[in-house]
Amino acid sequence: MDAPHIKAGQTMNVEAKETMNVEAGQKIKFYQTGTLTVGNRLLDEDLRTVQASEERSNAITSGHRACQGCGEALGARYALDAAMRAANGKIIAVNATGCLEVFSTPYPETSWTLPWLHSLFGNAASVASGVAAALRRLGKADIRVVAQGGDGGTTDIGFACLSGMFERNDDVLYLCYDNQGYMNTGVQRSSATPPTARTATTPAVGTAPGNIFGTGKDVPRIAMAHGIPYVATASVADLHDLERKVTNAMQVRGARYIHILVPCPLGWGTVTNATIRVARLATESGLFPLFEAEHGEIVASSPIRRAVPVEDYLKIQSRFAHLFRPTRDDAHLAALQAIADKNIQRYNLLRNDHGNDARKEAA
Amino acid sequence: MNKPFATTLDVGSSLANHTGSWRTERPVYVDRMPPCNQACPAGENTQDWLYHAEEGNYRTAWESIVRDNPFPAIMGRACYHPCETSCNRGSLDAAVNIHAVERFLGDRAIALGWNIASSEERSGKKVLVVGAGPSGLSAAYHLTLLGHEVTVVEAGAAPGGMMRFGIPAYRLPRTIIDAEIARIVALGVTIRLNEPVEDIPALLEREGFDAAFVAIGAHLAKRVDIPAPDAGKILDAIGVLRELETGESMPRIGRRVIVYGGGNTALDVARSVRRLGEEAIVVYRRTRDKMPAHEFEVSEALEEGVQFHWLRTVTHMTGESITVEKMTLGPDGFPRGTGEYETIEGDALILALGQNVDTHVLDSIPGVEHSADGVVKVGPNMMTGHKGIFAGGDMVPSERTLTVAIGHGKKAARNIDAYLRGIPYVPKVKPALASFERLNTWYYSDAGKTVQPVLEDVRRRSTFEEVVGGLDETNALFEARRCLSCGNCFECDNCFGVCPDNAVIKLPDSAAIERSDSAGSPHSAPFAIDYDYCKGCGVCAAECPCGAIEMVPEEI
Repeated sequence: MDAPHIKAGQTMNVEAKETMNVEAGQKIKFYQTGTLTVGNRLLDEDLRTVQASEERSNAITSGHRACQGCGEALGARYALDAAMRAANGKIIAVNATGCLEVFSTPYPETSWTLPWLHSLFGNAASVASGVAAALRRLGKADIRVVAQGGDGGTTDIGFACLSGMFERNDDVLYLCYDNQGYMNTGVQRSSATPPTARTATTPAVGTAPGNIFGTGKDVPRIAMAHGIPYVATASVADLHDLERKVTNAMQVRGARYIHILVPCPLGWGTVTNATIRVARLATESGLFPLFEAEHGEIVASSPIRRAVPVEDYLKIQSRFAHLFRPTRDDAHLAALQAIADKNIQRYNLLRNDHGNDARKEAA
Repeated sequence: MNKPFATTLDVGSSLANHTGSWRTERPVYVDRMPPCNQACPAGENTQDWLYHAEEGNYRTAWESIVRDNPFPAIMGRACYHPCETSCNRGSLDAAVNIHAVERFLGDRAIALGWNIASSEERSGKKVLVVGAGPSGLSAAYHLTLLGHEVTVVEAGAAPGGMMRFGIPAYRLPRTIIDAEIARIVALGVTIRLNEPVEDIPALLEREGFDAAFVAIGAHLAKRVDIPAPDAGKILDAIGVLRELETGESMPRIGRRVIVYGGGNTALDVARSVRRLGEEAIVVYRRTRDKMPAHEFEVSEALEEGVQFHWLRTVTHMTGESITVEKMTLGPDGFPRGTGEYETIEGDALILALGQNVDTHVLDSIPGVEHSADGVVKVGPNMMTGHKGIFAGGDMVPSERTLTVAIGHGKKAARNIDAYLRGIPYVPKVKPALASFERLNTWYYSDAGKTVQPVLEDVRRRSTFEEVVGGLDETNALFEARRCLSCGNCFECDNCFGVCPDNAVIKLPDSAAIERSDSAGSPHSAPFAIDYDYCKGCGVCAAECPCGAIEMVPEEI
């Protein structure tokens, strides 16, 4: 596989050329190209996002019971629609227990428009491994397998099965939709809940309120430690990047893992229209770095475009309200900023090559 | 048979579950007024013509401009572009260089000889326009397009008014003025030159006009009494600019010329003096940032070697020098004398203190009222106190700029048209402003402003060549595409993509389709909301780059 960051650059350049070499009369609007918008009906088909197309598969269709502004419903559709396009619609999905499973399949209805299995909370990776083995045995290698779960089903309950799938390098793309807690059961802490966040099990009381520092796990890096072919992080705030990573992952065989940040208005305490904004701030503050790794090595990261302090991200979420009221908790804010700063240094996020400068693209 | 319940029902789709019932607010597509359009004194639909320009449809773009303003090439040079001052992109990186694109389109129209077609339908009504300045010509143009027969009478020897006699050639080449006026004449407007009008009602009667539009401008220089016992040379700015335009040879004003005033005319005249090879010194009673002149005029003048003395008033003049009093700004922003004086060497003084209207032609018309400085009272429909006689431009209460005058011409034309047809003129209801706060600027590419080429300094000190150059096609196209499309959908598909409930529907991409929301109000966005499933989360509205979606409370 090509180094993904080079591929990204090439995509951008093609787009930029399309934009700038336009002859009089050609129907392309500048402000729709080279931007971060979902699409542009005036662009060539292959330059548009999957989500811009009326032909997208809508893997999870309308009528699902997700809350207003659900980031997970959005992230799942983004990822699966991209995977469906990459596999020509031949996908079997295996789902762990969690919000996604609950809100999409209240008996007897289903929101899924692709073959979909649910077994137990913790065994999605193992079931998916089995499905992949069966397809291989049947000689149907063109049908691809995706496993998916929330952070609870992935980083806690299904972790052993996930690690097993990784170490056997089973031909499965595992998608983790990380909303940083057990949300549909009433917002309990998971091992993906960030420090200081208030949950039902880490209340905002005491001298060090909310989730405590020094706990939790960084599953993308643990996945990398297995040396599997492809690991990436993605966010609902960057659709182009997310679709590109899913497409990259689908071009590889073996165990692959994509960890997608999907904000939860209910659990995070944000207004329902802030889902994408809060995800964007997570990335722009450095708290949720976007990167890609192949065989255990980082190969690309997305630089921050408009840097913000972590405070900008935290203060629009009521799960962090105790950091600001009744008194400002400078010590904990500094500790959270230090986490972001560490990410910025580790993944080299503050560099000036984000590729959204139209003139630079034109050059 | 004893089956478990879980196998007794057929598989159903969640489409049966209409989640629209959860909604407390509904997203609605809207069209809003872009700030550039709102700020334009001539009412140009800037966003519309940029939209056409960025697709390379220059002719369509130009036709959009001339629906409102017959002078794109002049505008692109001499308008102070309030559109750019208000441009939302200015709060992001730098305002779209709108005037440069307008100039590009205007110059292209002149180069390719584009013309405007008048409507076939003629009203049979005749309108007299007094004064061939920007306001009069604009009125004549619009009235002709509306089907009336228009005659313009002008006291001077050439049409153009302040465009020709007030704006120096280095800012506005005369070939450009001639070309854009020629297009209005080609439309069928009659212009009679060297014909001062003394009695408007008599002329209306004699030649059978049905209405008149008077736009004679403000040409009388305001003066202050400056003692000059040694017969120092005192001139007025507007007279100097006029002489520069009409004189056979370049006038000899003085070696060190002092210009008194801080407006755009003061700088026009100071910069013209530099071009005659003389020294120019501007004296102004307040500070640089309080000058009414535009900042670019001040900085370009400084580049050209014009000297400035701020916080000074002229008190006395001899043949070789002037005496000025040092001023200080009071807390109210007005200057106060300090009682300290100094002398500035200079052999001529040009007063640029503003102009008054020469009202003697109006004094004989019954019903027409004006204030002490000659500014004529008009109603909201631009009509004076005399039925059928309208007035506009510098002679009515307003900001005295070229574009305001052109806007008056358009507004008066519409009102005169309504008057002639015996119907009231009802202006279109304007949509609410598309403010910067409504934009989600994350989605726009970083794209800095294109800089126009500027004539080198040495040539600016000796010639009246145009200072600021134009953009070429690549630059102009790039600049047009920097438009953010504030308040109006540009089909980026964001709403379609970001809806967690797939509740946004794409409509066929055809302008012929009438689009409206569920309440029946029309919009231009080629999308609709599926209210059966929309939960009202508002993500579409929050992530719309241009603020074309509004959340409206549901009635319960």
